[in-house]
Amino acid sequence: MATNTKTRDGGPAMSRSASRRTHGEGLFRFLSTAAGVVLLAIMAAIAVFLISEAIPALRANEGNFFGDLVWEPNSSKVFGIGALAFGTVLSSALALVIATPIAVGVALFISHYAPRRLAAPLGYLIDLLAAVPSVVYGLWGVTFLVPLLRTPSQWLNEHLGWFPLFAGEGIIGGKTMFAGAVVLAIMILPIIAAISREVFLQAPKMNEEAALALGATRWEMIRMAVLPFGRPGVISAAMLGLGRAMGETIAVALIFPATFDISFQILTPHANSIAANIANGFGEANDIGRGALIASGLVLFVITLLVNMGARFVINRRKEYARVGA
Amino acid sequence: MTTTTGIQHISAGRRFKDLFVKALVYLAFALAVVPLVSVLWLVISNGVARLDLEFLTHSMRGIGARDAGGGAYHAIIGTLEQVLLASVISVPIGLFTAIYLVEYGQGGRLSRAISFFVDVMTGVPSVVAGLFIFAFWILFLGAQFSGWAGALALAILMMPTVVRSAEEMLRLVPNDLREASYALGVSKWRTILKVVLPTAFTGIVTGVMLAVARVAGETAPLLMTVFFTNSINNDPFNGPQMGLPLFVFDQAARPNDTAVDRAWTGALTLILIVMLLNLVARLIAWWRAPARGR
Repeated sequence: MATNTKTRDGGPAMSRSASRRTHGEGLFRFLSTAAGVVLLAIMAAIAVFLISEAIPALRANEGNFFGDLVWEPNSSKVFGIGALAFGTVLSSALALVIATPIAVGVALFISHYAPRRLAAPLGYLIDLLAAVPSVVYGLWGVTFLVPLLRTPSQWLNEHLGWFPLFAGEGIIGGKTMFAGAVVLAIMILPIIAAISREVFLQAPKMNEEAALALGATRWEMIRMAVLPFGRPGVISAAMLGLGRAMGETIAVALIFPATFDISFQILTPHANSIAANIANGFGEANDIGRGALIASGLVLFVITLLVNMGARFVINRRKEYARVGA
Repeated sequence: MTTTTGIQHISAGRRFKDLFVKALVYLAFALAVVPLVSVLWLVISNGVARLDLEFLTHSMRGIGARDAGGGAYHAIIGTLEQVLLASVISVPIGLFTAIYLVEYGQGGRLSRAISFFVDVMTGVPSVVAGLFIFAFWILFLGAQFSGWAGALALAILMMPTVVRSAEEMLRLVPNDLREASYALGVSKWRTILKVVLPTAFTGIVTGVMLAVARVAGETAPLLMTVFFTNSINNDPFNGPQMGLPLFVFDQAARPNDTAVDRAWTGALTLILIVMLLNLVARLIAWWRAPARGR
């Protein structure tokens, strides 16, 4: 971190234009400090203005914001975050469960399995997944993935229906929590894979070679030398992916059927999330409706903030550990 | 990389496990590539049909719900203006923040706080950035929906990416260069301006391009800031505009095939723009890489 501890402010002050120089110096230092402070101020402002604009709507709420499973701020002024928060957490958790093993596999493939020369271009290919805009995933999900998942969903329901997540009667498949979670998983896979890959590449070469020299197979070497080293990195990568999935809006707004109930039956068309509700409801919301959406955005902000800060905490701790080890 | 030692053969069980994991890892990679190929294939095959001159030069004004035709000219103009404005706001702030972190912060409390919150800011959901600008700019200050408001929201999403990439590039500048400059009696700010920034320039440009590519595809923040229009509005400071992602979202949510066709073509145009930006950024980075001695 301390790359320039040896440098001091300013240069030797022995020139004719010393006053002009210190002037520029002061200005430059001021500008760069101010820019950093502006960033901090923006983060604070996000919290402040979301709270202040949410309060009138929360006051006008005639229901229980944390208890009710309805969202009718425009007509009856009753709205509750319960079903939406549940949908956000469940869909992101499912996405994480789907994406993490695949992402770790992809990261291992690029760091330890792929031919050296191909590793970088193949890694770029995975990064391209992240470059596809969210709305395109939404369009793809609605027109292609949703019909595609109908048969597997019905199969799961028929054969594994005893498992609560796959239970349900009536319409099976279509615009479901499951379809949304698969799209979310595709969208968060690149970030989890990218961070895990970086961590796996940093695993001490000495340990890897020592394991191989002792006769370990490649998998045994990875299990003994790479995975233990990379675990905190993978955990924080997964948490960052979780934060991403929770905030993801447009793709799920197109896929989720916008229901307001709490249902673990991910194969039936019952799904919604905070972000999807904001995107779908904003256009026709009146003043109280918009305030209510801001209130739900505030909840989303707090949840993602906690998840991200947790992830950063894990990463930063690992950084210190890595520096001591190096 | 051979793993056999020749002293004793690896037992069948261990060899099987090794092969099994190898197969799983290859499978994981294949699984990850399938959606990419599928998305790109569908976007190209469905989008090419309407990628005509009319699409690129006409708006949706006066196009009825069931009509074919119409285009995304208004949305393309909107996206270009909004992204340009967002860059104009976020690049100076991001760059100066990076300069503070690398050159002035020296690991102090403020620089650690900024560094931490830049990381946290990367995770702010785009829809929350949009709601914030709506609450602040439109509700609190009483301004109207406009391309500028959208640019503000996009700028918030760009800033952390710009800071991180610029910071990384500034740290790559060898300290010897700075010290040589100081030794010649050049003051610190001129050293930064004349030595550090030019050395890191291409890397910073790459980072900015990637940040631009990232926000160009954002839809959610535009919904509540730029709002929506079917007509051409060239002025980003007055009245609702359109954005290409917004156009795709709007058309995709309509029930008619003609609208969905337009959505696919809009998606294709958007992907072409984003991929082009990405490619240019990577090319700059690649062209630059040998000079860094990698």
